[in-house]
Amino acid sequence: MKKDKKMTLTLPAEELMSPGHLACQGCGATLAMRYMLKALGQRTVLCIPACCWAVIDGPYPYSCLDAPIYHCAFETAASTATGVKAGLEMTGDTETTVVAWAGDGGTFDIGIQALSGAAERNDDIIYVCYDNEAYMNTGIQRSSATPYGAWTTTTPVKHFKDRPKKDIVAIMAAHRIPYIATASVSHPEDFVKKMKKAKAIKGTRFFHVFAPCPTGWKSRPDDSVKLARLAVQNAYFPLFEIEDGEKVTINLKLKEKKPVADYIRLQGRFRHLSEAHIAAIQDEVDARWARLLKSC
Amino acid sequence: MKKVIMGNHALSYGAMLSRAQVIPAYPITPQTQVVELLSEMCASKTLDAKFIKVESEHSAMASCISASAAGARTFTATSAQGLALMHEMLHWASGGRHPVVLGNINRAMAPGWSIWTDQNDSLSERDTGWMQFYCSSNQEVLDSVIQAYKVGEALMIPAMVILDAFALSHTYEVVEIPEQDKVDAFLPPFKPEIRLTPDDPHAFGGLTGPEHYFELRYKLQKDMEKAPALIEGTGLEFERLFGRRLGLVDEYKCGDADLLFVSSGTAGYTANVAVDLLRDEGIKAGNLRMRVVRPFPFETVRRILGKAKKAAVVDRNISYGHHGIFYQEVKSALYGVKKAPPVFGYITGLGGRDITPDTFKEIAAHALAKDGPDEEIVWIGVKR
Repeated sequence: MKKDKKMTLTLPAEELMSPGHLACQGCGATLAMRYMLKALGQRTVLCIPACCWAVIDGPYPYSCLDAPIYHCAFETAASTATGVKAGLEMTGDTETTVVAWAGDGGTFDIGIQALSGAAERNDDIIYVCYDNEAYMNTGIQRSSATPYGAWTTTTPVKHFKDRPKKDIVAIMAAHRIPYIATASVSHPEDFVKKMKKAKAIKGTRFFHVFAPCPTGWKSRPDDSVKLARLAVQNAYFPLFEIEDGEKVTINLKLKEKKPVADYIRLQGRFRHLSEAHIAAIQDEVDARWARLLKSC
Repeated sequence: MKKVIMGNHALSYGAMLSRAQVIPAYPITPQTQVVELLSEMCASKTLDAKFIKVESEHSAMASCISASAAGARTFTATSAQGLALMHEMLHWASGGRHPVVLGNINRAMAPGWSIWTDQNDSLSERDTGWMQFYCSSNQEVLDSVIQAYKVGEALMIPAMVILDAFALSHTYEVVEIPEQDKVDAFLPPFKPEIRLTPDDPHAFGGLTGPEHYFELRYKLQKDMEKAPALIEGTGLEFERLFGRRLGLVDEYKCGDADLLFVSSGTAGYTANVAVDLLRDEGIKAGNLRMRVVRPFPFETVRRILGKAKKAAVVDRNISYGHHGIFYQEVKSALYGVKKAPPVFGYITGLGGRDITPDTFKEIAAHALAKDGPDEEIVWIGVKR
């Protein structure tokens, strides 16, 4: 007879997020918040600009989180976090972790100026961009994080997104901040481990978190984790970290990359793409992956 | 201690003596000396504060707001384009009830690029829920900063201390610098009832539906309505400690005036000089300098103007398609007042064109020659 298998928790048991939130079914951003708070613990202040999470948390007077939140203006996630950190320090609290928690629109587009300013000053904050690759809260409009080929309500099928996604990690690396990591809701252990590592570092820390959005991607809610995992496995969204803008470590090395077509074909937002379009996306993913390997 | 300092440094000393704790700032002419001196004070530890060199005025105000939410006393300063860039965050500061104090140097809005004074920058922010204090001397600038914190923190409403570009910002005057311990006795540390801390987690400013939002704005207005009495009371308390009094308005020979100027800023000081010159000529002139524009001092304006025979409102600003902004405000305050005097509206000095005693004499001559206003705007000193 086989020995009884012992189950061990691979994530912190503490839950700082309650189930009474307002997210759509299969929301990746919701998983991302839950994992981040498991890693950081309750002594965390969140600065949340306009994004899905401005709604997910719940309307006044409710909140589904056991951490304080400052709901801030769209373009101010970073500068709000900077102010909170300074304000807490001047009132005697030097321990609390201050997090700017923004979507891709609030990070890649409207908030990039404040983010760049905070990063250049190396303000002592953790900035997390949960990336669902479009303005999902306002109803699926393209952002500069929307990938090539995607349909959105402002990139209709007849004129789908014809430019690649902005390389936000490269932009942040150019600021030479102490820590940058990519993370995915499909790999919570990796996410939590890196978030705990980041918590112990002083200065600006940046996370780019892949957060599938069934509503905007026109995918099945129960495919969200699967899509996130595929994106890691096919190097569409590889997991890696960059220390001091230079030292690149790939956290999940891929012996063999899965084809991106498997990932693309599960999403209605790419339904109109031809084999040639998908081949072009595959080429771009291959080139990015090769560049990443070379940078290690 | 008396010091000869520029208007901009009066703002810096005001912030220093108020023990501002977080100062996010971005430079703009003609404000730069305000933040240069503060950065020097922070670097030399004369002031125990965090000076954050933000990348824009928008971020400056965002950081002020969130630092204030965390329980710190905050200060910043700006001018014109910088204030306009902050616009969204000005609403955020008042709506979120964060008593930030902001020094604004009145500068004309571009285009064409102008660094010279007029009031269209700050008056464009009239309806953002901030208190606005218009100053006419460097002493008043310094004293106003300290009092703005006192009143603002009591009501949880932000306040702007406003001074004219160059005419005050770069003009050196003798200023009595109050002693720190006396200022500490007047202005205790900022201790908001609710603040952003993991010890007592709250969500600030979340989605607020029609069932709640209306009441938040009602409460802001109700607290703003308490401000006039509080400003007067705070001015009296300040006078007891420091011997200088500031109120909602500054009256100069208003009691027996046949013609009352309504003025503001440094032009409000020039008006006093003109009043004396006119009185030498046998014309009973007076000057009501508007120090506080928000909250608007309805009662005071009605009481003083109600006794005047004629009033001439001098605006260094304009609401295009309407008329001078002080003119609108004064006329609106007098609506329904029995025996209200005829009120004339003058626009002058836009973009930093000089306002001199002669400007006021020209205005007096115009107003005294007519029974009542026959046009909405009388332009003084414009080349047509």
